[in-house]
Amino acid sequence: MMVDIQGLTKKYGSFTALDNLTLSLDEGVVFGFVGANGAGKSTTFSILSTLLSPTAGDALINGKSVVREPKEVRKQIGYMPDFFGVYDQLKADEYLDFYGASYGLPAAERRVLIPQLLELVNLSEKRYEYVDLLSRGMKQRLCLARSLIHDPKVLILDEPASGLDPRARVEMRDILKHLKSMGKTILISSHILPELAEMCDEIGVIDNGKLIAHGNVAQIQDQLQSEKRIIVKVMDDLELARAFFEEDPFVSSIEVTHGKSEIAFNYRGKTMDQVNLLRKALLADIPIFSLTEEEKDLEDVFMAITKGADDK
Amino acid sequence: MMERFSNPVLLKELKLRFRSFKSFSGLMFYLAVLCLFVTGFLLIYTQFSGTGFFKPSDSFTMFAGLSVIQMGLVMFITPGLTAGAISTEREKQTLNILLTTTQSSSQIIIGKLLSSVAFLVLMLLAGLPLYSLVFLFGGVSPSQLITIFLFYLVTLIAIGSIGIMFSTITKKTIVSMIATYGAMIFLGGITAFLFFVGLSMEQMFMYSGTPQPNATPFSPISYFWASINPGALMITILYPEMASSLESVVGVSIPVWVSYLIFYVLITAFCLFIAIRKLRANMKTNR
Repeated sequence: MMVDIQGLTKKYGSFTALDNLTLSLDEGVVFGFVGANGAGKSTTFSILSTLLSPTAGDALINGKSVVREPKEVRKQIGYMPDFFGVYDQLKADEYLDFYGASYGLPAAERRVLIPQLLELVNLSEKRYEYVDLLSRGMKQRLCLARSLIHDPKVLILDEPASGLDPRARVEMRDILKHLKSMGKTILISSHILPELAEMCDEIGVIDNGKLIAHGNVAQIQDQLQSEKRIIVKVMDDLELARAFFEEDPFVSSIEVTHGKSEIAFNYRGKTMDQVNLLRKALLADIPIFSLTEEEKDLEDVFMAITKGADDK
Repeated sequence: MMERFSNPVLLKELKLRFRSFKSFSGLMFYLAVLCLFVTGFLLIYTQFSGTGFFKPSDSFTMFAGLSVIQMGLVMFITPGLTAGAISTEREKQTLNILLTTTQSSSQIIIGKLLSSVAFLVLMLLAGLPLYSLVFLFGGVSPSQLITIFLFYLVTLIAIGSIGIMFSTITKKTIVSMIATYGAMIFLGGITAFLFFVGLSMEQMFMYSGTPQPNATPFSPISYFWASINPGALMITILYPEMASSLESVVGVSIPVWVSYLIFYVLITAFCLFIAIRKLRANMKTNR
């Protein structure tokens, strides 16, 4: 177990920022943390990065406790915060050299590592440029290189793609895929949810400090399958079709779009019920030429799950 | 071997400081003030002529004036260099990244302090050629110069520590700056005021005609205020006879410099301790 979070809780007075979070991640897993602003993602990452003490609970990174052995934990993690600054008057290689020295790497080792890291993040040609003159995307990549300088086993990346243009986001995603192939355990939070779905092995959804769903993308999407949205296209006589579907006990929230000859409704039945519904519709001479399930991406999953949590 | 003792924060800070135009303009301003004073002093004492007469006693006066001005500048510049040491990192959002490295809190704080001290020592050394003029005319012993420089060093390390402490415990540089200058004003000005208030009360008490089991009840307090005042110590270093007068007035025979040294070393230790404890304020442990 590379990351083992046990009952992590953080309270500020009466406000609970993180509520009994328990989570385990194996080595090499890419874990996406999904949640609205203020849900508790950054608090979790701050605790894992030894910047914040939990009110209760503990987290083990490669067997080291963030509460009892913070210095050992720092050797295991590379942390990239959501907002960060740079030292204006340092050049890119000096910036990495400073952090390399801060992790206690010998100068000779740093001299070899720095060009390799700059190459990894596609910044080789900016090696002797002042950090302040780099674009936002380049600074993000440089910060990622910095977090890798001591070869950590776990990467904690808080919104690494925030504020980046589409091209820079794609570049960042490619680098993260490369890091994944290197076997790093990566914890990443992002607002760009479909991007997380593409590259994450596991997703955790957090809301109001509570982990409300955890699993791979398919598992989380399955949680929504109790009610799916079905779209039926008919040749004509939309009202007849509407009356037919309205009679079905599993159907709710019917919407008719005349321009598209389309009826959409929520369906709570099982797969066999759905087969029977289609069979009955054909026997009732409903001129159906298409029946599809609306695809739900991670964003829909997130919206549905967090809405459900709010309603409780 | 060298790497074991190297401090990355110190090296980085020195690099950043010497790449900044602000540092060199500050150094230029500092030397300009000293040059202006020395030139003005020489011109006044030689009556604006090349044939004027300059006695060794005048040379000592110039040394005393130069030392006081330098002390004032050191007290003025040190808070500016140290009061933003940690809060600027916090404002620029570089502190969190620094705190996730394996550097200890004490390494970071000491690195910040030493980089400021190194720059201030450079300033003092840059002013040495002006002191050579004093030696040209005589009247001052090298031991006096060394004592004065040691006094500067103790004072600037203590003020630097106060600045770093405020910089660590406050979120904004401006607040830290105000607090550090406030502490400076207290040490440099208010202690002198309190010393004179103590002396006056002593006088009033002595002439009030009431029975006096203890003839000088305010003396130890007055002595304390004098002993922590940098101006008072400078006077006693430059004019040792003043030290004897002070001792006879307040009735305490401990040399002022001893009390000063103890107090400022304690202040330094206390401020650095607080700064190191509070750097990772959100963590229960300070490792």
